[in-house]
Order: sequence, then structure tokens, then C-alpha cells
Amino acid sequence: MLITKTLNSFGEYCMFLWRSIGVPEKWRVFIKRYLDEIAKLGIDSIPLILIVSLFIGSLCTILIKLNINNPLMPRYAVGLTTREIILLEFSSSILCLILSGKIGSNIASEIGTMRVTEQIDALDIMGINSANFLCMPKILGLITIMPFLVVICMGTSLFGGFLICVLTGIVTVETYLYGIQTMFIEWYVWFALIKSLFFAFIISSISAYYGYYVVGGSVEVGKASTNAVVMSNIMILVVDVILTKVMLQ
Amino acid sequence: MIEVKNVNKSFDDPGGRRQVLYNINAKFYNGKTNLIIGQSGSGKTVLVKNLVGLFRPDDGQILYDGRDITTMDSKALKRLRKEIGMLFQGSALFDSETVFGNVIFPLMMFSSMSPEEQRERAQFCIDRVNLTGSENKYPSELSGGMQKRAAIARAISLNPKYLFCDEPNSGLDPKTSIVIDELLSDITHEFGITTIINTHDMNSVMGIGENIVFINRGHVGWIGNKDEIYDQDNDDLNNFVYATDLFRDVRRYRRAHGYQRSKTPE
Repeated sequence: MLITKTLNSFGEYCMFLWRSIGVPEKWRVFIKRYLDEIAKLGIDSIPLILIVSLFIGSLCTILIKLNINNPLMPRYAVGLTTREIILLEFSSSILCLILSGKIGSNIASEIGTMRVTEQIDALDIMGINSANFLCMPKILGLITIMPFLVVICMGTSLFGGFLICVLTGIVTVETYLYGIQTMFIEWYVWFALIKSLFFAFIISSISAYYGYYVVGGSVEVGKASTNAVVMSNIMILVVDVILTKVMLQ
Repeated sequence: MIEVKNVNKSFDDPGGRRQVLYNINAKFYNGKTNLIIGQSGSGKTVLVKNLVGLFRPDDGQILYDGRDITTMDSKALKRLRKEIGMLFQGSALFDSETVFGNVIFPLMMFSSMSPEEQRERAQFCIDRVNLTGSENKYPSELSGGMQKRAAIARAISLNPKYLFCDEPNSGLDPKTSIVIDELLSDITHEFGITTIINTHDMNSVMGIGENIVFINRGHVGWIGNKDEIYDQDNDDLNNFVYATDLFRDVRRYRRAHGYQRSKTPE
């Protein structure tokens, strides 16, 4: 029963993607919506990213300093380890898990509300491919803006570590700066950016799918938002493991 | 004219197939206000959703001036839908757009007009439904009646040949309901639209019902017009029409004054 239901949902999701991805009806309208979605899903998330990244960068630095307080370990290991954690995992995977809560629920509840208030039916009756009209700007918009958000997250997190060094002196600023520059592997940045593209697609498409197929009223819209976030998080983690295995080993 | 021939529709239910429409046959005429009436749960909305192509009937034909919507490919259906306007029960205005944005939206998507012409047409439609001055308001800032009028303006912006209205008076006070009914009737006659209104509001039936199709438990129970509906011998329809004291009083009055079938009440 569970397998059948899962396969049904997956098939429905694939058909939804097939409907969503296509040439827009009017490019002028599409571009306006695409830019709006970049602003709404991406730019509006920057304050959250700044706050979370700043604190996580600071916490990483403090915790690493506490845990590798060994005379055999070089002092610059604090900065180096902080950088590696941020580049490899936090700036892409953990950030996207956090964003899936904000963006995923936003997309699912917006489209779900449009469904239960018959706005999607109105689009269909006008002869508009509603899946394409509503979801493609969101999917493309988030994929476009996500790498920029990741870069902002990287910079802010490292700055958070720097700030904690300045404020508490747990490591000297020079040592921290040396640590975050030493043994730098550029591929890790690309790795994070590439991962973020996959995660952006997962968040936007899964959330849009859950919103698009809501049946019922406000309770079901709420459930769809929750399911969208949960499923996005699971898929982000699954894809994270696969991509890490494929791209780093 | 829209012609419905032998339409059946059923749905999957946990307990098996549940038939909602049984062998529906009806005609909806150009330039007339065609009403589909019936009790809640009788299948009116399912019939309308079949008519506009949101549902596909199990069998039968739905002919738009001879074009069968049930066998159309997606391109033909898309072309046809540009000739259809629809007013939903909850108005279905786009929350993120103003009244003007809602009305101009179909024009932006489908018309070949210049932006200036689009704006002029949108303003004409807004003026036509007496919403002048509310162009920049969002749906949440409008009353129920104003939302309906904005939805009518959006529905007629592309100059449709067919206009569908699902319970246009639901949630409105009687006075506003009359305003909406008169507006729909005026627009129908002014632009020669085939208007199909799904309603269970007897005031609407008596006010604008030029062609009435009564749906009873998924079957066509009766077809006629507002002049004939008072004095007919269909028990199911009488139970529907005379469900309120007001209309029972009307019947008593008519009988007391010797009204015959097909006479318009004073």
C-alpha cells in the first residue's frame, strides 16, 4: 500500500514537472514573474541567511577551538576546519535545509491557497498552463538565486568566525585568517554551488507539487506546507549523500 | 449555443464508482441567461465543470456551436477556452494583483492589442461593472459584491462568447445579489453572450431565468423559463421552488388570483 502510494505520488510529481517545464505563454509576463520570484524567494531570504550564517560561523569557531585544544594541532586548524565545514556542508546543505522551511512552506501554501480558492481553475479555464505559469518562474528563480545565497552564506559564516575571534580572542585574528586561507581547495566552492542548484530545484519543485495538488481547505493547505518541507528535507539529505559520494570521491 | 447530449459523469470513491450525472441533455442559448438550478449536491457544479472542460464526461457530447469539447485535442481546447469567461463562486481573483491587474491579465496573456489598447479595454470593463475608482485596490480590500464585479470584469475582458457563473450570488446580501444578477443579464444581452449561471437562488431564477435547466439528483428534472416555473406539475421542482415561505406565499397568491401556466407574476 505504502509502495503503491509512493509510486503514485512519484508518477504524479513527474507528470507535474512535465507540465511545468515548457515554453512560457508570454515571455514578457514570464520574465516579470521570474524576477518577482527571485526577489521574493531569494532576496527576501537574505536577512535570515545573514543572521543564521553569522551565528553558525561563530559557533563553529568556538566549538572547533574547544574540541581541538591539543598542543599537537596547529592553531590555524580552527580557521581551516571552520572553513571546510562551511564550504562543504553548511553553506549548501544546511542552509538549504533551513531555507526549505521558509521558501518551501511559502511556495506550497501560496500555490495551495490558489488551488483551494479556485485561482488555478481560473487560469486553466483561461487556457493557461497553470503548472507552467505558476511553478516554472519559482523553480527557475530559486535555481538562479541560490548560488548567490550560498556565496553570501559562505562569506557571512567566515565573517562570523572572524568576529568571534575579534570579540573573544579564542584564536588570534591573524591565526584565524591564516587558517581560512591555508590549503584552500577551490573545487569545494564549486561543489557547494553545484549542490545548491540541485537543492534549489528540490525545494521549489517539491513544494510547488504539494501545493498544486491540494484538495480541501485551509487545513489541507497547512498539511501540504508541512509535507512539502519534510519531503524537501529528506530529498535534500538523500541527494546530498549521493552528490558528495559522486563529486568528492 | 451550447448543447449537452447524453452526458454521464462518475467519480472514484473509496466505496467504488459514484455516478453524479445521468444522461444529461440540455441546450443553452446565445444571448440568453441560461440557469442551471438545483439543490446543493445535485450535480450542478459538476455539470458546469464538465461544460468548461475542467472535468471530462464519461460519455456523451458537449457541443459549443457544433464543436465537441469532449473530443478536442489540447490545442483546440486552448483555442476554445479563449472564448470562455468564468465567474467562480469565490470570485477567484488573483490575490497578488489589483483589480486592474486582474482585469488586464487575460488581455496581457492572449490579446494582440497594444499595451495602451489593453489598458483602455481593461478600464472599459472596470467601468462597465461600476468599479471605477477601485482599480488600484487589492481583492482583500473589496467587499463580496465588488469582488464579484471585478471577477465579471475579468471574465468579459477578452469579449467571450460564453460566460459561466458558478453561484454568483453566494455570500451576498439580497440587494447586492440583484445588482449582480442585473449586471449579468445586461452584459449577456449587450454583448450577445451565451451565459450559463449555476445557482440555487430563487430570486435569481425569477429575475433573470430565460432558460432554466433543473438538475435533480444528477438527472435533468425540468427545462423551462421563469414564466413557466411557478405553475408546473414536477414535484421535485416544486419542492425546490417552494422551499421558503416567501415562495409558498407567492403560490397562494397566484392560485387565489387565478394565474395560469406561462403567465408572469405581477
